[in-house]
Amino acid sequence: MSHDHSHSHGPGEACGGHDHDDHHSPEAIHRAVKKYKMVGAVLFAGTVLTVAMYYVHIPSVAITIAVALLIASVKAAFVAGVFMHLSDERKMIYGILLCTVFFLIGLMGLTLWAMHDPPMQTLVGGKPA
Amino acid sequence: MEIPYTVKPRPDTGLYNAKLGIWLFLASEVMLFGGLFSAYILLRVGADLWPHGMLSIPIGTFNTFVLIFSSVTIVMSWASLKLGKLADFKLYMALTIACAFGFLGVKSYEYYVKFTHYDLWFKDDATAQKYFVAAYGEKGEADVRKHFVERFHLQNTKATYDPHEVQLVGHIEGNPLCTTLKRLAKEKQDKILFTPDPKFGSHDHPKAIEIPLSDVKRLSAYVPAHSTFFAIYFTITALHGLHVLGGALVLCYFLFTADKWWKKAPEQFANRIEVGGLFWHFVDLVWIFLFPIIYLL
Repeated sequence: MSHDHSHSHGPGEACGGHDHDDHHSPEAIHRAVKKYKMVGAVLFAGTVLTVAMYYVHIPSVAITIAVALLIASVKAAFVAGVFMHLSDERKMIYGILLCTVFFLIGLMGLTLWAMHDPPMQTLVGGKPA
Repeated sequence: MEIPYTVKPRPDTGLYNAKLGIWLFLASEVMLFGGLFSAYILLRVGADLWPHGMLSIPIGTFNTFVLIFSSVTIVMSWASLKLGKLADFKLYMALTIACAFGFLGVKSYEYYVKFTHYDLWFKDDATAQKYFVAAYGEKGEADVRKHFVERFHLQNTKATYDPHEVQLVGHIEGNPLCTTLKRLAKEKQDKILFTPDPKFGSHDHPKAIEIPLSDVKRLSAYVPAHSTFFAIYFTITALHGLHVLGGALVLCYFLFTADKWWKKAPEQFANRIEVGGLFWHFVDLVWIFLFPIIYLL
């Protein structure tokens, strides 16, 4: 059984602030659907490219890692921006994400920083083992 | 008591409550996976040796496609609700759930393959040499050793690998799951029938060889205890798998109660699907980074 709720208030409208008719009219949803399919195709292509890069020998490990992470980041940006609607969200959510990024960088940074601080020797009861 | 702001936005946040809640939850999830990713980097950069090519790239690629496809279908299910098409919603949601269980099925198969695949370390080099020759012959032994040595070499490692420590890789007769020397001793087994893996570039398995356990220094399936690589691999992928399972169960609930919710509160239902979708996209997002980092690099 199907009901016509295309003009009812939906999730995007409820998240507030946007022009309802602009963003959640049937026409806008149809346009969004096309976008979702295109982004899906981009993500598939990105995966193929990632795997293809594995078989291409790049002499520099740093470049290999950078390319793999760059492709992954672009794919992630499409998922977050389009599928998760982050390209058009409320400020509150951007604020939450900004805090998350700050703490994530801190977490990663402190962990990696600790790498350069190894114990010089094992101590047992305060004396070298 | 009615839960407030399930449809209309709260005046102070501008968001309906569930949406604010899911984003706060996802922020904590970013920190959870972020901690594990940084642990992975720390372990890997600090390791003298890091195995390479231990996971099946075709299987990992297939699962990546499955998750991407499910991300498209779940956002389509939400769009279908916005267009008032409940039947389409059900179809897309069912596809998403099928992808989720497909992903988990493939992952379980991957785990099973690892749990029945063994490395054997021998008590000394002469003993190892004896079994390598028995498995691959005089001619092939050197090639196989070289291949096994190479699997531990990444271009970036400064470490050298002791070729005398090379292990024999293969399957134990009967494909026991995650067995150990201790368990075999408990079962009063003093030898195993071991089928070594084919040589690199070949699909022909050497003949099974009988190995007394007294010649074996260490025996391990590809389980977390095998190595740091497998410890972090299983930790991250199992945690991700639990997220897939949890998400799939919630999506099943949405699918099976769709008629009721659509009649009762269509706007709230659409919001629930959006929130569930946000979680699902996050699961996909984590995999987008996991796949190249663990399978390819």
